[in-house]
Amino acid sequence: MEIMKGMTPPLKGITVLEFAQYLSGPCAGLRLADLGARVIKIEQPLKGESGRKLAIKNMWVDESSLLFHTINRNKESFAADLNDPEDMCCLRALIQQAQVLLHNFRPGVMERKGLGYREVAAINPSIIYTHITGYGKQGKWAKKPGQDLLIQAMSGLAYTTGSASHNPTPLGLGIGDYLCGNQAVQFILAALIRSGKTGKGALLELSLLESLIDFQFEFLTTYFNGGRLPSRSGVDNAHALLSAPYGIYKTTDGYIAIAMMPLRQLNMALQCGALDAFDETEAFARRDEIKSVIAAHISAKDTAYWLDRAGPLDLWIAPVLNWRQMKEKNGYKILDMEQEVELNSGRTFITTRCPIRIDRRKLYCNKPAPSPGQDTGTIKNSLL
Amino acid sequence: MERLLDGILVLDFSQFLSGPSCGLRLADLGARVIKIEREGSGDLCRELYVSDTKIGDGESTIFHAINRNKESFSINLKDPEALKKIKKLIASADVMLHNFRPGVMTKLGLDYDTVRQINPGIVYGEVSGYGDEGEWKDLPGQDLLLQAVSGITYLSGSKDDPPIPMGIAVADIVAGTHLGQGVLAALYRKQLHGTGSLIQVSMLESLLDFQFEVLTCFLNDGNTLPVRSAVNGAHAYIAAPYGIYKTADGYIAIAMAPVAKLGELMQVGSLCRYKDPEGWFDNRDEIKAILQESFLQRTTADWLCILEPEDIWCADVYDYEDLLAQEGYRLLEMEQWVVSNAAKVKTTRCPVTIDGEKVTGSRGAPLLGEHNEKITRGFGL
Repeated sequence: MEIMKGMTPPLKGITVLEFAQYLSGPCAGLRLADLGARVIKIEQPLKGESGRKLAIKNMWVDESSLLFHTINRNKESFAADLNDPEDMCCLRALIQQAQVLLHNFRPGVMERKGLGYREVAAINPSIIYTHITGYGKQGKWAKKPGQDLLIQAMSGLAYTTGSASHNPTPLGLGIGDYLCGNQAVQFILAALIRSGKTGKGALLELSLLESLIDFQFEFLTTYFNGGRLPSRSGVDNAHALLSAPYGIYKTTDGYIAIAMMPLRQLNMALQCGALDAFDETEAFARRDEIKSVIAAHISAKDTAYWLDRAGPLDLWIAPVLNWRQMKEKNGYKILDMEQEVELNSGRTFITTRCPIRIDRRKLYCNKPAPSPGQDTGTIKNSLL
Repeated sequence: MERLLDGILVLDFSQFLSGPSCGLRLADLGARVIKIEREGSGDLCRELYVSDTKIGDGESTIFHAINRNKESFSINLKDPEALKKIKKLIASADVMLHNFRPGVMTKLGLDYDTVRQINPGIVYGEVSGYGDEGEWKDLPGQDLLLQAVSGITYLSGSKDDPPIPMGIAVADIVAGTHLGQGVLAALYRKQLHGTGSLIQVSMLESLLDFQFEVLTCFLNDGNTLPVRSAVNGAHAYIAAPYGIYKTADGYIAIAMAPVAKLGELMQVGSLCRYKDPEGWFDNRDEIKAILQESFLQRTTADWLCILEPEDIWCADVYDYEDLLAQEGYRLLEMEQWVVSNAAKVKTTRCPVTIDGEKVTGSRGAPLLGEHNEKITRGFGL
């Protein structure tokens, strides 16, 4: 593993057993792997986890989708049939040697296989046992599919994005999965710190719904204490709680984003006389009118013109870029965010690296995702 | 309960949301987090009044949400005597966090290379907007601007919409989460080997990671840009019926589902011809247009009654008022009161249950400099 030449990866020596599928659990496993843990996916023999068959834009790398390869690089795979006594015997031996177990089955599934927290802790009392669900384990929602869009819809999140005249607008990524998986990493690491001090294991339970509620904590706190539902701006909404000019505006050849700034300052930069009619104290209450005035003014010139005016003043204005435009910029290139992953077949694909830098090093790892059960033999031998 | 980070001392020099959201998570887990704030004004977020909603004596709801369970030490970092005190405090700390623009901490004499001379085992975490090199490094690390340059605004909304930013400060929150991961991993290593670390994240790299699935698709697909669905866009890369639809009395969310089966259950004959899953992406706009027309015919509750028992992945679409009225929400016990000398505030709790107990904490955000005396005495400054 050439992930961190010349330094001790922070999680060196940690073994994680990942009984997880799709995104929430596996993206947690990926981060732990990039930080130096050994992550072993426990998969159904032959078929592997369900995420292998989930593709976007019908892009495949081999038997598994590009999506799967993106989320599961830098891991090993151990095939086990949870109904087979011999395989369960191996798993128990693996559990004894692991520090972390992570799964995202619906409530009750692992318990039925004899792999609930109680049974696992009986084998290894210092294990960090992490369970990700959609909605927690209680009540009738516990049985609902823990799918990202549904949880966005139910958590109120769809009413934060898009403008007032839009339908509720989901955020266009699997954000509940991603946030929950990333939070799980934090809690697992904190539990490892306690375990290092006291030898105590931990049971960590998270849900996508709680993660999306936490994500909206500023909005919810404002709602709890103000009693008014957030209402999206009618014009170019970008944050329902913020005043004009906050938003994205169309120019003759693209768009610019304008963040929070006093109207007077904006007026000076844009030379938009019509803004004189508004006072700073009205920037929230009359935000739609103010933003309409700004939008009309901005639409007359091109993006470069406005950026040239804003640049010397260090104003909070930026161009809106798509990925192609972004890739052209030196500010993107200097991040060296892309890495090539080489598959066992010799084929390669490009993906992003871990976003955390340690001791001024960027973390790369080009070890590809495993085929189902690829490491079963080696792991079994090491258990003997 | 013995908390996971009991005994860890964090000095948090950061402001607004990205750094402080990391400090908040560490505090929730049991660390002692001291905000180091500028004398007189403090964290600029204290002045950030949101949507005209203020609490107590004109305090910002956002500041209270982000800074519960922390202490405040106010000081003038440009005063040499004060700087000596801070360095003494640093000598006892496990972690320090900041989110100043590159170069600011060097000018103050509190950059990593200086600080590690005082405390070689410290975990020094920093968040920037764009990293610490290159032509963008001095640009303001502001959430909407980062969303704008990262391409993420072309993922939400529908095809004919302008770029649509996510309506929550997602760059700040994701970067704060990644910082927490790096800091905790480094603390784990420190515990084993005694080594300190410099942990750096940037909002831009964090937003790129957040888009890693779809960005990887783009990078291996001849740089083909995403195209949002023309009807009820919900995810640019996912086939019909994925989306939120208007019904006779509200909305309904439908995730991945077999289109022909949906047509059968909804009694929409024209959908039954879409049997082959291969066509659900290429024909998603026409499929979704038919679906939208049909969903208008009945109420959300009716549709849920028809679809849910057949294992179609669907849900009602709630605003906060609806959400708070649900049993499933109440069972999560996500709300908590925090009390400070400035105000009593209802907010949310840390989103995890540890060893069967939900993680809560009732201490509200500190007044500026509220703990100066206690900290001065406690650390013999």
